Formats: sequence, C-alpha cells, structure tokens
Amino acid sequence: MKVAVVTFPGSNCDRDTLRALSRLPVEAVPVWHRDTHLGGASAVILPGGFAYGDYLRAGALAAHSPVMGTVRELVNAGGRVLGICNGFQILTESGLLPGALAMNVSRRFQCEWVQVQVQECLPGLRFAAGERFSLPIANGEGRYIPDPQRPLGRDAVAFLSYRDGAGRPHNPNGSWREVAGVASADGRVIGLMPHPERASAAWLGGEDGLRFLRVWTGGDGVPA
Amino acid sequence: MSRVHIVVHLKEGVRDPAGEAVQHVLRDMGFLVEHLRIGRHITLDVDSAAGDDAARLGREMAERLLANPVMEQFSVEVRS
Repeated sequence: MKVAVVTFPGSNCDRDTLRALSRLPVEAVPVWHRDTHLGGASAVILPGGFAYGDYLRAGALAAHSPVMGTVRELVNAGGRVLGICNGFQILTESGLLPGALAMNVSRRFQCEWVQVQVQECLPGLRFAAGERFSLPIANGEGRYIPDPQRPLGRDAVAFLSYRDGAGRPHNPNGSWREVAGVASADGRVIGLMPHPERASAAWLGGEDGLRFLRVWTGGDGVPA
Repeated sequence: MSRVHIVVHLKEGVRDPAGEAVQHVLRDMGFLVEHLRIGRHITLDVDSAAGDDAARLGREMAERLLANPVMEQFSVEVRS
C-alpha cells in the first residue's frame, strides 16, 4: 500500500506522520499541496499543523488547495483519506466530512493525552467497536459542531469519542456528544482531532497511534 | 469600483468562548453588557458596474469561503 502525506504551508506534523508510517509495511510519499497528483498512492493523510496559519478559520484556506481536488477524486475512486487535527479541520471545511470545528470552550490550546473509543465499525477497516486508543490532542479548535443539514448517522458517523480512564464519556473541549473523530459511512474519509503519529513509539509515550495507523492502512490491531 | 463589507458571526446558539471572555472583562470594568459576540469584518473592492452585482459577489464569496455555514452567519453591505 502506498500512502501520500500532504504538506500544506504551515503543516508541522507531516514529517512526524511520514516517520510513523515508516514503522509500518507501507510506502509513504510526501506530496506538496499545490500538486495535483498523489504519487500513485491509494490513501492520503492530511497531517496536523496550522495550514495557512489558520487564517480566516482553521482549514478554510487549505480546503481550496489544488491537491484537495485530487483528494476528492481519490475518494470517489475508492481511495482513503485520513485527516489528523488540522487535517480533520480541512476535511470539514472542504465538505468531505460534515460539521465544523470551533474554539474549545476552555479557550485554551489543549495539549494533553486522552482516551478515545471506537463508536462505529467502518466497512473495510478492522477497527473494533469499543476499541480504545490513548492518544495526545494538541488543538485550540477541536470542538465538534454538527451540521443540522448533514446530521451524523446518514452519510457519516461519530466514529471516535472521548473517554476517561475508566471508559466513561469525557469531554475535554465541549465537543458535541464527546465527538473526537468522524468518518464517512463508507469508511473512506476519516477525521480525528488526536494525533496517532505522536503515539507511534514507546519513547513518545505510547504506541496506540501506531496501532491506529496500522489498522487504517489495512492491517489488524495486533502489534507486529 | 464598489467596496463590499462582509461581517461574519457565529450563529445564535453556537457558543462563543472568546466573546464570553471579553464580556467577563467588560463587566469587571463596570460595563453591564450581555450577549457579546465576536465577529469578523472583511472589506474588499470589486470592479462591478452595478451595486447589485457587488452584493451578489459578496454573498457568493461569503457562502463559499468567508463564512462557514455550519456554524456562522454573515451579512453583506455594499458602499460605492
């Protein structure tokens, strides 16, 4: 499997994501946001960061980058896209996922470890309902706002939700129904606020993120 | 040339944490204000013969980029 990682001006987790992918049996290639090709990849990651400095709204300007037309074509052709943090914001701003991400109710840039739980199984991916991941969040605008015109449960689902250490619903930022991640119902488009690439080695604090990326790239959740 | 003013706000019902912080401070200063909302004011010039065109362009730009219809509302005003 070949995975493209897009760099937008202001992305800052692109190289971390490439490095995390290097620990999986996939080929990872960097792509610039003005490219209109994905290097032959069948899956693409929109990484975290501050594309276009978050000017106007987080993700709003990047959603109109040339590469996003190619990302849309890939999804229509059956490919997959994963948006991490700023990448999730770009996916909602581009309409590839419903809803929007607004300022955390805490008004803080929240940088902390959270537990997230898979709420919905997705076609073609071996995420198990109830499966949990311990991952870091790092965002100022992570509060999920649903779109009344495109409610979750139709073409998209509340894929991941925040949990506390005991597995109870937990809400770090005022997100609607503790939503931490959303996916299209066909599983091709996934967006999440936590950073799997920042939990891709024991020395980073955990490997749950590597497990997440392993499942997303077509493997199972069992450590290699 | 027409100058278009586009004002974007969070919709009623969407919490505005930054606005709440500003309101707290204003109240601490003795201004007993309520319902403070922070918005964004964008001005731009468009080359259009008729004011109607400028307003239509302003609305289109707001719908497609300047405002996010999921959480924001906007108003457009043209001043020649």
